[in-house]
Amino acid sequence: MTLARRIIPCLDTDGERVVKGVQFFNLRDAGDPAALAARYNREGADELVVLDIAASRDHRPTFLETIRRVAAELAIPLTAGGGVGNVDEGRAILRAGADKLTVNTAALRRPKLLTELAAEFGSQAVVLAIDAKRVGESWEAFVRGGRESSGRDAVDWAIEGTERGAGEILLTSMDRDGTRSGFDIPLTATIAGRVTVPLIASGGADSPSDFLDVFEKGRADAALAASIFHDAVQGLRELKCFLHSKGVPVRLSG
Amino acid sequence: MKISLVEYDAGNLPSVERALAKQDVETERAATPESIAAARVLILPGVGHFGQLMRTLGSRGLLAPIRQAIGGGVPLLGICLGLQALFASSAEAPEDRGLDILPGTVTALPVTAKLPHMGWNHLRQIRPSALFEGISANAYFYFAHSYAALDAGESAVAMCEHGVPFVAALERGNLFAVQFHPEKSGDAGARVLANFLGYAGAGNRG
Repeated sequence: MTLARRIIPCLDTDGERVVKGVQFFNLRDAGDPAALAARYNREGADELVVLDIAASRDHRPTFLETIRRVAAELAIPLTAGGGVGNVDEGRAILRAGADKLTVNTAALRRPKLLTELAAEFGSQAVVLAIDAKRVGESWEAFVRGGRESSGRDAVDWAIEGTERGAGEILLTSMDRDGTRSGFDIPLTATIAGRVTVPLIASGGADSPSDFLDVFEKGRADAALAASIFHDAVQGLRELKCFLHSKGVPVRLSG
Repeated sequence: MKISLVEYDAGNLPSVERALAKQDVETERAATPESIAAARVLILPGVGHFGQLMRTLGSRGLLAPIRQAIGGGVPLLGICLGLQALFASSAEAPEDRGLDILPGTVTALPVTAKLPHMGWNHLRQIRPSALFEGISANAYFYFAHSYAALDAGESAVAMCEHGVPFVAALERGNLFAVQFHPEKSGDAGARVLANFLGYAGAGNRG
């Protein structure tokens, strides 16, 4: 009896519409989040992530409405985040219909936030998002949508974050994000080997064999991708059938 | 027939409401002893902390009405923490008493496995249950928890395993409970809810 490896489409939004770009630049419209959510729910996604990459306070009510619309389409878990800085903001996201919330910049600035969120909502609802970029021989955790380094070692931060209460890690390789050159296996495997919570790998997905690698060599529990699913470059069902044929446990039925 | 969802602050109540709305049944939130006493079908949803749940139920005076409803034959489905609450106690909050309808203590899953137990897993059915009628033995269900009941005696109907075997579903007369989240478990989860509603005489589908 083994946990299935999860395939997670991600909707990056400006609060209201799904957008895409490279490293958060050159954003262009990629559709209605609720329509995409309904499609992924139907096609066998194991979970959905919806992020507010603008994360400005002005947009917050719009983003909460987006979460409500997306949640209404789903019979699978929903993770949402972007700009969550305190327990009240976290509660608003969960009340809007998310099962889990992601935190990133605010947790790096004030790590105790993770403990506060876990105490309020349980560790299973707190996902620590880490944007990691290679610097010399190691990786650093970046903040503000990848704009600046926090100066923290990404591996150390992952360990501290889980000790402080995060129940899952969403690890994005900034070096691979948007490049379609495959997941960052050394980064993923290094952090997977050091933390005791499930790890979602993100950044660089292109072909089915990239997913196979990130599960087998990267030891990820879940793999996340955005544009290859939005553009239907990669079908979810086909991807899961491929992984199944390679002996990776995946959920094939609805 | 209306389905009453026990309301307390840290629940997954909206998700369960949405899932039930898709089954075309009417729901109401039950947060008072009177509304529990009047309920004809009860669901105890659950996400959060065992101690917090038990203290909230206690301060709202809901413990006795829930016990009376179960004793009086009202069909009840506990979900996730709602399953754990049926037991006498939990290692998550040793100082707080559970509903004590089932004997035993809910324990922490072993740290040899990645925790929380998060994601889709198979079940091993150990005895037939109305909950799993028409559901493939290979179906996956969504779990998100770090504590579990390792034993429910004759009441256990399905087990799962994460480091250690634990009770994934139980049934005893009018009492049903699942450790997974049927409201988040796709078609298979919807079928579990439909089966419970069917047992309770409240189903419109399935």
